[in-house]
Amino acid sequence: MAGLKLKNIMGKIAGFFTAASRSGLLWPVIFFGLILLVNALINPGFFDIEIKDGRLSGSLIDIMNRSSYIILLAIGMTFVVATAGIDISVGAVVAISAAVSAYLIGGTLVVENGVQQYVSFMPMPVAIIAALLIATALGMWNGLLISRMGLQPIIATLILMVAGRGIAQLITSGQIITIYYKPFFFIGGGYLFGIPFSIYIVAAVLAVVMFLKKRTALGLFIQSVGINKTATRFAGINSSNIILWVYAFSGFCAGIVGLLVCSNNKSADGNNAGYNMELDAILAVVLGGTSLAGGKFYIMGSVIGGLIIQSLTTTIFSIKEIKPEANLVVKAVIVFVVCLIQSESFRKKVAGVIFLREKKSL
Amino acid sequence: MADLKPIVEMKGVKKSFPGVQALSGVDFRLFEGEIHAIMGQNGAGKSTLIKILTGVYKADGGSIVYCGTQCRFRTPLEAQKKGISTVYQEVNLCPNLSVAENIFIGREPRRFGMIDWNKINSESEKLLKRLNVSIDVTKLLSSYSVAIQQMVAIARVLCISSRVLILDEPTSSLDEQEVNELFEVLNKLKSEGMAILFVTHFLDQVYRITDRITVFRNGTFVGEYLTKDLPRVELIFKMVGKDISAMSAMPQKCLENVSDNKEIDSLLEIKGMKKHGSMNEFSLDVQKGEVLGFAGLLGSGRTETARLIFGIDKPDQGECLVKNELKNISSPSDAIELGLAFCPEDRKTEGIIDELSVRENIILALQGSLGIMKYLPRKKQDKIADEYIKALGIKTADAECEVRTLSGGNQQKVLLARWLATKPSLLILDEPTRGIDVGAKFEIQEFVMSHCKEGMSIIFISSELEEVIRVSSRVAVFRDRQKISELSGNDLKEEKIMHTIAGGQ
Ligand SMILES: Nc1ncnc2c1ncn2[C@@H]1O[C@H](COP(=O)(O)OP(=O)(O)OP(=O)(O)O)[C@@H](O)[C@H]1O
Ligand SMILES: [Mg+2]
Repeated sequence: MAGLKLKNIMGKIAGFFTAASRSGLLWPVIFFGLILLVNALINPGFFDIEIKDGRLSGSLIDIMNRSSYIILLAIGMTFVVATAGIDISVGAVVAISAAVSAYLIGGTLVVENGVQQYVSFMPMPVAIIAALLIATALGMWNGLLISRMGLQPIIATLILMVAGRGIAQLITSGQIITIYYKPFFFIGGGYLFGIPFSIYIVAAVLAVVMFLKKRTALGLFIQSVGINKTATRFAGINSSNIILWVYAFSGFCAGIVGLLVCSNNKSADGNNAGYNMELDAILAVVLGGTSLAGGKFYIMGSVIGGLIIQSLTTTIFSIKEIKPEANLVVKAVIVFVVCLIQSESFRKKVAGVIFLREKKSL
Repeated sequence: MADLKPIVEMKGVKKSFPGVQALSGVDFRLFEGEIHAIMGQNGAGKSTLIKILTGVYKADGGSIVYCGTQCRFRTPLEAQKKGISTVYQEVNLCPNLSVAENIFIGREPRRFGMIDWNKINSESEKLLKRLNVSIDVTKLLSSYSVAIQQMVAIARVLCISSRVLILDEPTSSLDEQEVNELFEVLNKLKSEGMAILFVTHFLDQVYRITDRITVFRNGTFVGEYLTKDLPRVELIFKMVGKDISAMSAMPQKCLENVSDNKEIDSLLEIKGMKKHGSMNEFSLDVQKGEVLGFAGLLGSGRTETARLIFGIDKPDQGECLVKNELKNISSPSDAIELGLAFCPEDRKTEGIIDELSVRENIILALQGSLGIMKYLPRKKQDKIADEYIKALGIKTADAECEVRTLSGGNQQKVLLARWLATKPSLLILDEPTRGIDVGAKFEIQEFVMSHCKEGMSIIFISSELEEVIRVSSRVAVFRDRQKISELSGNDLKEEKIMHTIAGGQ
């Protein structure tokens, strides 16, 4: 009797889960919650948010702030992945964008009468716009190679991934440019109404993207291209242009991240800016439930995916028992497990095994 | 035969999908040395039954006995190993692999851990020999006709130990001659004692080759009959569940609209168009409200012509006039803007977007013509989708189902809906009734013809001559990538067209 009841309840729970998982957000949210919970257990003050010097501070704010890079890249990457593509050049584009902005802001310390003067080589808006334009153009270059020349996405973006760091080095003449122009620091390190400015940037990009997805046919077209490019073209939709713009947008997002990185680090380092970020971004997209095979995509899933990766990194660092050299291994193992659990066929297999056991025990 | 034991016996098989009861307790028997047809309307559950037998789906209930033992295959591979060879309705061959690779993909014989190419090639040749096909198996699959590709699909699943062969609508893309060749092979296999299950919507073929018929209607079992004891009329009655005299008023061509004054009513005129390697120089014109038929064998240039008109392929030369104005159509979107629509023959690769919903598939071309920013409001989308689901009788739980969960014929209807929704002035239909059941065929033709009466023109491409002749006021005949003649009026007879196709003028 009790067994039956339990089965009923289990059935109901399972039903709820399948329904929720259809919205695509179920698993990402669960994992994020789990990670937060683990953190709270280790560090009782984890959820505390206090106001220091008019700024909100606390672990949560910290995670949100730091995850802004991954999230921005993941948003751009989501569209790319939805068209059954991939963009592994975003890390390099981050470096280029950082280098361009640093170069245009200028790396000279000007001191007059013992007081630092805030001068820039070019006006700051020019530097920002130039960095974003160049990043977008680089994305378009990827898009052209893929949509017009028919290169495989991974190959096309690999070219820029490899060449990009070189380009960034060329711009900075092989040096790390250090920036002293204070107004520029606001972008990546400033606070507005007590909240880090980068969070506003993420929110703004997210709002635009959600608007495009919900209120225009862009989402439909992107999915359609990702599922069946030929049929989409036959239906009168310019598949090539969609692919082109999707990569351009990914470049644009990488451009913003370049600005954030440069501003936050107060320097541009062609070698290290954005290093390995493309991998985190792709992971975030996958964790968010978007399949690398293209088609259906989940923007909010990718955002949560980004949060998961960032909080995971933070958590692993904060657990003293894990040696620093083991950090990456632990992260990889957890990501692996998360991906496994998200895979429907894996879940079915596990469910099958459990079901069989149950049967045998009867 | 009655005292023989069936090799396959399925009893009370049930299967439901979210929102649909695909099968509600059907029976099915298959004997060795017979060809057996399962008949039923689109969505009746034919493909589902096959997939349950071969382990693609798990039945919700019922029993399966194969070779005298109760069994339930867990995967199609297991079924194949035990001797059930199946060519599914949606075959996925790889056109850019060789014939031999296609036959052995996923089960390559190995030698010292390496793929044994010699063996693959020689085995492939042997398997194809059994099907009366002798070709160079190292050539790309795409270099052969659809008929050969169909044989390759069969060779792929057939092995020496096969005892059952299942073919789900294998002939829908074959012409007369190719069907004959396939049937010869089937008869040969049958005489070797193979049990063959054959699904088709062509009644002629059913009566030509099968020994026994099982009829399904709406997921229920109607009955099992010997083909020779079941007259056609009765078969249709059993499938459809209503008297067919209601359908006897077949849609006919409408000539009223076709005026003699070509200058005024010319909708599309193509002059001296050609593309090297695809289509020799041709000219044609379509008037407002007219149905122009394309007849010819597969690969004769019918589809190629349509692709050139619609801007999918770029012609080397030629002019295109739409409503007497010179236009440049260099992509499908250009063509759609000018009021053209093209429903391609290969619905899987060129038609449906299988993971999108029925609604999204229906509005796709319309939305494409509106552009990204003018997104149809959701209510409007629902309305359009529901309208066509009703008008074409698309069988789906609701408009939000993924289109791949629909039966083959219903997917075809979704495609048709996509193009009708754009309200085109010229609709090019390439094998539009492929895989659609007899009942729905007439309904769809009727529906399309009613649009014609309202002034829409149609280019109607079909391998079924009878169908082409019935709906067209003129027929362009194609042979060897050339438009060889145009017939109208009293020349519109099956023999005359056959004759023209065959080469005698
Ligand atoms: N994977 C699936 N998910 C949901 N519904 C399905 C699925 N497969 C089939 N169906 C539904 O089951 C019913 C029977 O489909 P089935 O493919 O067996 O029809 P069919 O008789 O083969 O038709 P056709 O002649 O058009 O090929 C249809 O209503 C279809 O929508
Ligand atoms: Mg079917």
